[in-house]
Amino acid sequence: MAMLKMKSWTLRFVAQTMLLLFWSAMAVWAIGPKDSSPHGTNIFAPASTPAKAISDLSVFVLVITGIIFVVVFALLAYSVIKFRGRAVDAGREPAQVYGSTQIELAWTIIPILIVIVLFLATARVLHAVQDAPQPPGAIEVTAIGHQYWWEFRYPKLGVVTANELHIPVSNPANPTPTFLTLLSADTDHSFWIPELAGKTDLIPNHPNRMWMDPLRTGIFLGQCAQYCGVQHAKMLLRVSVDSPADFAAWVRGQQQPAVQDASVATGRRVFESNACMNCHAVAGTNANGRFGPDLTHLMIRATIASGAASNTPENLRLWIQDPNAIKPGSLMPAMKLNDSDLDAVVSYMETLR
Amino acid sequence: MSAMANPFPQAPATWRLPDRGKVAMAGLIIAESAIFTIFVVAYLFYVGKSLTGPTPREVLETPIFYTICLLSSSLTIHFAAKSLARERVGAFLGLWVLTIVLGGTFMYGTGQEWHRLIYEHGLTISTNLFGTTYYSLVGLHAFHVTAGLVMLSIVAIFAVVGRVQGEQSRRVEVLSMYWHFVDAVWVVVFTVVYVLGR
Amino acid sequence: MSSNAITIPGVQIDEKPWVDTLHEWVTTVDHKRLGVLYILYALLFLVVAGVEALIIRIQLMFPHNHFVSPQVFNRLFTMHGTTMVFFMGMPILFGFANYLVPLMIGARDMAFPRLNAFSFWLSAMGGFLLYFSLVGANGLYGAGNAPDAGWWAYAPLTARAFSPGHSTDYWTLALLVSGFGSIGTAINIIATILCMRCPGMKLNRMPLLAWLNLVMAGMVLLAVSPLTAAQFMLLIDRYLGGHFFDTQAGGSAMLWMHFFWIFGHPEVYVLIIPCFAFMSEIIPVFSRKPIFGYPVMVAATVCIGFVSMSVWAHHMFSVGMNSYANSFFTITTMAVGVPTGIKIFNWLGTMWGGKIQFKVPMLFCIAFLFQFLTAGLTGIMLGSAAFDSQLTLSYFVVAHFHYTLVGGVVFGVFAALYYWYPKITGRILNETLGKLHFWLFLIGFHLTFDLMHIPGLLGMPRRIYTYEPGRGWDTVNLLISVGGFIQAIAVVIFVANLVVSYFKGKKAGNDPWDAWTLEWATSSPPPAYNFASIPLVASRRPLWDLKHPEDPDSRYE
Repeated sequence: MAMLKMKSWTLRFVAQTMLLLFWSAMAVWAIGPKDSSPHGTNIFAPASTPAKAISDLSVFVLVITGIIFVVVFALLAYSVIKFRGRAVDAGREPAQVYGSTQIELAWTIIPILIVIVLFLATARVLHAVQDAPQPPGAIEVTAIGHQYWWEFRYPKLGVVTANELHIPVSNPANPTPTFLTLLSADTDHSFWIPELAGKTDLIPNHPNRMWMDPLRTGIFLGQCAQYCGVQHAKMLLRVSVDSPADFAAWVRGQQQPAVQDASVATGRRVFESNACMNCHAVAGTNANGRFGPDLTHLMIRATIASGAASNTPENLRLWIQDPNAIKPGSLMPAMKLNDSDLDAVVSYMETLR
Repeated sequence: MSAMANPFPQAPATWRLPDRGKVAMAGLIIAESAIFTIFVVAYLFYVGKSLTGPTPREVLETPIFYTICLLSSSLTIHFAAKSLARERVGAFLGLWVLTIVLGGTFMYGTGQEWHRLIYEHGLTISTNLFGTTYYSLVGLHAFHVTAGLVMLSIVAIFAVVGRVQGEQSRRVEVLSMYWHFVDAVWVVVFTVVYVLGR
Repeated sequence: MSSNAITIPGVQIDEKPWVDTLHEWVTTVDHKRLGVLYILYALLFLVVAGVEALIIRIQLMFPHNHFVSPQVFNRLFTMHGTTMVFFMGMPILFGFANYLVPLMIGARDMAFPRLNAFSFWLSAMGGFLLYFSLVGANGLYGAGNAPDAGWWAYAPLTARAFSPGHSTDYWTLALLVSGFGSIGTAINIIATILCMRCPGMKLNRMPLLAWLNLVMAGMVLLAVSPLTAAQFMLLIDRYLGGHFFDTQAGGSAMLWMHFFWIFGHPEVYVLIIPCFAFMSEIIPVFSRKPIFGYPVMVAATVCIGFVSMSVWAHHMFSVGMNSYANSFFTITTMAVGVPTGIKIFNWLGTMWGGKIQFKVPMLFCIAFLFQFLTAGLTGIMLGSAAFDSQLTLSYFVVAHFHYTLVGGVVFGVFAALYYWYPKITGRILNETLGKLHFWLFLIGFHLTFDLMHIPGLLGMPRRIYTYEPGRGWDTVNLLISVGGFIQAIAVVIFVANLVVSYFKGKKAGNDPWDAWTLEWATSSPPPAYNFASIPLVASRRPLWDLKHPEDPDSRYE
């Protein structure tokens, strides 16, 4: 405990300075754009206009608040060191100063000016992002939040899918941004892909609108950001930004009805005679339930259960057998199929490309 | 140990601070006003937004008579408190009981209106947004009127057995502040429900 | 704690049976004892909610951890938030207000001692109700337990359809009951301060603690009531078939958000303003100078009180309000940062030119200043609606509000406990243990909450029981959890100090810190009647005038 015997002020100053240096380093590390595939979830690595506008504004705000921090930190540290009481001072009180109108006026006016500047910068970005008009080439998607999965509909293209969103990359010369209408089937959710846009909530009975114009292709990750119940944590998002040709191909594939493969007729029969078709839809068959994700083209998705597991036959089998094993509290019931029915259904699912 | 010698040349000639009963009642009124404001905001927000069911225009009848009763009770309680301050206990008791009667009449009117709404028009708290916001707001007010009537009745009982004299007039004034508040809230509720909301 | 015993040599005084002491405490209406009851009650819940936090942090140490189930995790963060705000923060600050305000204004007790006791027991009942949910909430099919809808209980998650059982009802009732207690205490504080000041103590001579508690109490009246109203609406929805927040019937989920945050934002100022009061009393004493700019400190606080009622929707920047509404709440949120920031400058001005003594209360105050500066600046970042659309609902917000609530409120409360413990108990807390507590807690706090900003910037949302690896969140979360344990050790040391010093601490005397406000003019602990004769004051620092009759403050005010 020799440390405690040192002068507290020295220790305090050293500790605070080291903290300051350490966190500056961490901030620089964190802020630096990451080169990753799939892309990460770093708000300072924007890949779309709204995210970039926000990121630029954020840097501006950080610089101003950083300057304020350094100045006030330095003043506080200086005062704590310079005006420490020394043993020789015992019994004598320092000058009793009650205030100073000039100083107090100065340190009121300057913050007010800073606030005005920050507000104006913010208002400009808010207006640019929230009130952007929809250009003619825009892709329209309706996103409906469910406990605990995402439904995506492209009304003009006749596409219905779930959990994994495909959108085209946008060329600034001829923009094809994606405009999303956000709805909810049950509780509040929030759509957040940090590198593509700020988050916007999905609130029942309150449609919201947001847009993103990704400037790079690739996979962008995100997840639900508004607590929506037990499995909020695993309501993940996966956005595939495709080249125009890839996107067109994807759309064409999605518009087809389900693949009809006679070799999995058993599995299809199990699917349609159990409760599966009450919740799930497979286009071109009798299954047209809307409570759960559309399964027509399940196999071209990389993940199942809204990102909770990768889309492999083993995981699919486990999911159908007992969803709670992957996502405890998920609203899909355990189907309690016997082994042969289970294998048949999985084989059927595996044909739905 | 805590004797403080007074080294100062001047003590204040008078040191009068506000009456704590009145300050406390003012605080309670502020808090209650905030609660009522939220119910009023909900009512106004949901005007015209019911998906089904009876609308205000179809079923509400403006309770002019009962409103006059309640608002008059503010006058009677004011004069009752004044009488007590002047040690005119008989006048006080008469006016006080009249206040209770007027308040009770108002409650009767509310009950009658609710009976009509429920049994003739099928409007309950769960019927639609109008039903929910109407019964909550008017009901919250009615609850406060009832609480007020209970307190007024307790004072009336004490007065009848002769325990209320001029020296209790301060406490009676505090209670009458509450009653005035209840009436003021009714002015707002009446305006919102029977005037603006239709 | 029996401050009424007088030792008369040669006389045999029987020990009072413990039942009688217990009875005295349970039926007390003495503001000092009620203050102590509030503080002990809050410290108990500090430990309980702290354990909840540690379990949360263990679960989040590694991605895909299985320490607790998602159901348990969701209850944990709901209970942690609800407990810390309503059964730790509010009670401990009401406890200090109860203890100190009458003493500082030269009164013998609060304006309404019985209302005071009633309010305390209501709050205590609320805490009990909340935790009774762990056993009592099962309802039908065992579908209920501790509340798990988050401490904001957003609709429609709290509707019967999505929250069966009674867990939400326990949340609602616990807060309704303690809310009535809070309103009762606030009324009491206002009436005491306006109506019970000793002669000569004009409003502009009151200690800042009294002023700030007056503003806090006014805010409680205006802020807790909307929550009460909203909770009645929720009960009507859940039990009477109402449709306030029933989106299927045309109701609005946003309405709950607005009502909740009209409560929720002023509430956080209710929590921090008494800590500003502690700073304003403690920093001058250990800088050996009066507070710099008393009138502006009062004006700034009143300003905060008003402006903070207009900022609430900055908690809702992601819900889809239009750009004008978002801009409005941006400007009001940043505006409220101005009077708040000014206070930091005033405390700086107090220390400037002083002779600072680094006793333990002052160490906590100095840490508060640095930490509140940081928290205020991250608050400005969050106040910019556009920046906030990335930051909200992420761990950046969690970091920010823990910075204000732990770095601000908890540090402030620790400062107050070390400073006024001698007055309350007659003994000084051990200085060595105090410094150990301080440094450990400081290191743990910064390790946890400085780092916590980073996952937020890297896209980690809040209220998730587990997370995906490979997003840059893994190592940081592990370190954050380690910091939590360091803080826990520090709190254990603190609790040990509280207990040990009560029996073995150095005797304090009336005025161990050489301070200037009226509570130091009476014994430690004070007698039941506080002062033998009601004081008469002529300045803001009556004891300075007594100690320095050649240069009293009354000459300059």
